[in-house]
Amino acid sequence: MTVIESAGPLQVERRGTVPRRPFLRRRSAIPGFAVTLGVTLAVLSLIVLIPLSAVAIKASGLGFTGFFREAFTERALHAYALSFGASLLAATVNGVFGVLTAWALVRYDFPGKAVVGALVDLPFALPTAVAGISLATLYAPNGLIGAALAQLHIKAAYNPTGVAIALTFIGLPFVVRTLEPVMRDLSAEVEEAAASLGASRWQTITRVVLPSLAPAWLTGVTLAFARAVGEYGSVIFIAGNRPFKSEIAPLLIVIQLEQFNYRGAAAIALTLLMVSFLMLLAINAVQAWTRRYQ
Amino acid sequence: MSGAATKKAVLATQDPPWVKAVVLTTVLLFLGLVLLLPVAAVFAQALKQGLGPALEAIREPDALSSIRLTLMTAAIAVPFNLLFGVCAAWAVAKFDFPGKAFLITLIDLPFSVSPVVAGLIYVLVFGAQGWFGTWLTEHDIHIVFAVPGIILATIFVTFPFVARELIPLMQEQGVSEEEAALSMGASGLTTFWKVTAPNIRWGLLYGVLLCNARAMGEFGAVSVVSGRIRGLTNTMPLHVEILYNEYNYVGAFAVAALLCLLALVTLVLKTLLEMLQPDLRARH
Repeated sequence: MTVIESAGPLQVERRGTVPRRPFLRRRSAIPGFAVTLGVTLAVLSLIVLIPLSAVAIKASGLGFTGFFREAFTERALHAYALSFGASLLAATVNGVFGVLTAWALVRYDFPGKAVVGALVDLPFALPTAVAGISLATLYAPNGLIGAALAQLHIKAAYNPTGVAIALTFIGLPFVVRTLEPVMRDLSAEVEEAAASLGASRWQTITRVVLPSLAPAWLTGVTLAFARAVGEYGSVIFIAGNRPFKSEIAPLLIVIQLEQFNYRGAAAIALTLLMVSFLMLLAINAVQAWTRRYQ
Repeated sequence: MSGAATKKAVLATQDPPWVKAVVLTTVLLFLGLVLLLPVAAVFAQALKQGLGPALEAIREPDALSSIRLTLMTAAIAVPFNLLFGVCAAWAVAKFDFPGKAFLITLIDLPFSVSPVVAGLIYVLVFGAQGWFGTWLTEHDIHIVFAVPGIILATIFVTFPFVARELIPLMQEQGVSEEEAALSMGASGLTTFWKVTAPNIRWGLLYGVLLCNARAMGEFGAVSVVSGRIRGLTNTMPLHVEILYNEYNYVGAFAVAALLCLLALVTLVLKTLLEMLQPDLRARH
């Protein structure tokens, strides 16, 4: 390959024109393109793409009506409603507290800031099963928080509230980590300009700062939502897992598998995959929209 | 500018002290309640009957075999994804080709797939009713409900970690240093070891750290393909689940505390790396 590359410039000198490069021809002298791309595509196909396609193929064995029968049973519809509803609630809670947390981390100085900053990533690092049993123990009626809430006649575990609590734990870092860099890049001059034009601090925040954070906020909340919809480990311990009441969609896949209803499991999985695909598209759209306004 | 005007400008660009106090209190209370308390509860529950029973629960044979399996799984999955990540990052960052953005999206795909679905896909391919089910049964090869399935599922869920860290890093660094080395006669591999590797080592370490934490802690995907055979196909998170469901809380939380320590060590190392190399950032 090096021989061909060095032949290029010689020809240019002789003919005085730039030789036309064939499609896909390497432009650089760096070696290893064919090998690394080949390995990447092969591994990607074997580990990710082909197995994932098994879901679609298995579900397609049901036919169109069969798919709808398996994917949208009444029990499954309840599970989707709980998964999406609790995820939305958790993402919204994280949207509110995530902004405040990111703001505190970027704008304020306080003792222990480094620790708090590191702690935000805990849900990424802590195994979901550990989070699950811990949250279940805390929020159970005899747990530390559960007992306090029980006195207020609030039941926070083994019901949809418990699901939302676990999903809040899981989603927080997505919002904070997406907002932080954008907040850091906000130029102080814009705020100064607003102030010098007579805006109060409140007006500066609501009319200048928050609107410029909106795309990142939306991305973070969508990421938290998307993660929450598929979450399993942290939820099943605190959810109670009663059909039609506190059963999340991923758990229903596991239950179908345990009953050897592979097609039913594939149908629900395909539904979830399509939702995550839509989420990905939404995130990309938000990011494209952001770039246009930067 | 008069003193009063300066003061007003400062006030308008900074939050009043009472706002700061309210925001900080809210944030710290929320984080304490949502993040800190669950971690503290793990250790409190593990040590409820003192250190002795907790240590005993970890030294029990099934617990030890789950620790071994978790370590082995990570020891295979992490290097695999490390090699893949370097390969993918080299192809994506050092060359131009059509469909590159799409390829990056595909590499990221496992992050947006539910862990349960990640397990399900291997059951559909290798399970008794799966594509290769009959062939595998005939040849007495066990993938699902056996260790290979656990490793595959772990590789799937940790697939993007290293690649995601390296691709932007190597794209920023460009190709000029490698080209210089090559033009002076270094071979491709020498160029990689002497030029590229030192440039990417911190990013690589960062990706490996996050990859390892997830590999050792994965629950959903592994639980679908494991079959939960005690002493054989039980990883640490699965062992936690079994003990918890048997109401053996001290045992469950003792093993959970080990995993919690792993998470805390990961966070400390991650923070140190970020302090060393401020450009590093978790890309989830």
